[in-house]
Amino acid sequence: MKTESTIPLSKLTLPVGKRDHIQGPITAPKTLLEYGDYECPFCGAAYGIVKAVQQTLGPELCFAFRNFPLTNMHPHAEHSAEAAEAAGAQGKFWEMHDMLYENQNALEDEDLARYAAELGLDVPRLIREVETGAHKKRIREDFMSGVRSGVNGTPTFFINGVRHDGAYDYDILLAAIIEAEPLRK
Amino acid sequence: MANETKNNEMKYSQMYPRSGRSTALAPGTDAPDFSLRSTPDQSVSLRDFRGQPVVLAFYPADWSPVCGDQMSLYNEVLPEFQGLGAELMGISVDGAWCHAAFCRDRNLHFPLLADFEPKGEVARRYGVYRQGDGVNERALFVIDADGKIFWSYVSPIGVNPGAGGVLSALERLQERGQPAKQAQQAKPEEAIK
Repeated sequence: MKTESTIPLSKLTLPVGKRDHIQGPITAPKTLLEYGDYECPFCGAAYGIVKAVQQTLGPELCFAFRNFPLTNMHPHAEHSAEAAEAAGAQGKFWEMHDMLYENQNALEDEDLARYAAELGLDVPRLIREVETGAHKKRIREDFMSGVRSGVNGTPTFFINGVRHDGAYDYDILLAAIIEAEPLRK
Repeated sequence: MANETKNNEMKYSQMYPRSGRSTALAPGTDAPDFSLRSTPDQSVSLRDFRGQPVVLAFYPADWSPVCGDQMSLYNEVLPEFQGLGAELMGISVDGAWCHAAFCRDRNLHFPLLADFEPKGEVARRYGVYRQGDGVNERALFVIDADGKIFWSYVSPIGVNPGAGGVLSALERLQERGQPAKQAQQAKPEEAIK
């Protein structure tokens, strides 16, 4: 028997807002949200595509990123997410986010510290925050908001609050964003 | 690469072409009891979990891409399932040695049961065996503390159904006042790491 109607599969349960890391105006007509894992190769492939889409749409697009680390499968995913959040606490979330996706094959703790230094961050503070799990709770909140919204793997995209189930190469993702219904807040 | 999800769906539909509607046991039905191997030298019986909710996740096969994602996802959500007092078990027709290798590779922290001999017997009794294809459906059952099916869902075989539906069902079960062993000790939000 099918009981599909009881599964709130495709709607975002936690709207993009102040709690989120965003690029572009929050008031933009289109919002693209990614649930991603820094060690996931598919997210790595999507990284450049998202950048290209952002470039094309400019201020028409608000891009947000939430953590969805599959920590048992990807041993470096949790610390990488914590490092990005710790960089965010020093005002450089996106710089670290980009650094991690551009260096997915080097995500050991020493690498994370090195990236922090390269970005001019307070390295001892970042290490301390990663070691004490200062941002664990927020990452788990990101993760569970994804689980509740029907995220079933990474990357999963939501366009204006609706899960994007198609492919995510440039043409398809761009077309889906352009065609998306206005966000009902 | 970008089309991975769609590709997986296609691979599955080519590999498991049998179509037709599922006849999964409906809510309110007594969950058929079973005893299956969880490791080469251990067995698990459903009746052992009477008094707490049980989540049964039937899936087609170890090692195939979507299953990997589904079991890996459930592995991550395990603290929430446990916070709601529930026990999670995966079931496929793979043998116990295969499950052992798969569990080790994916670092899974919950049992995978081998519905291996007679092949697919438990899945048949739950109405989620794909006769022509020789594998289980991708089907979810939430069983209440009295051993009755509370919720069930059959996903298209190539689509990972996620964990949201199971969590909602477990929460509704808790609201209904089912005694959930651990839930009385730990509230779900405290279980969040």
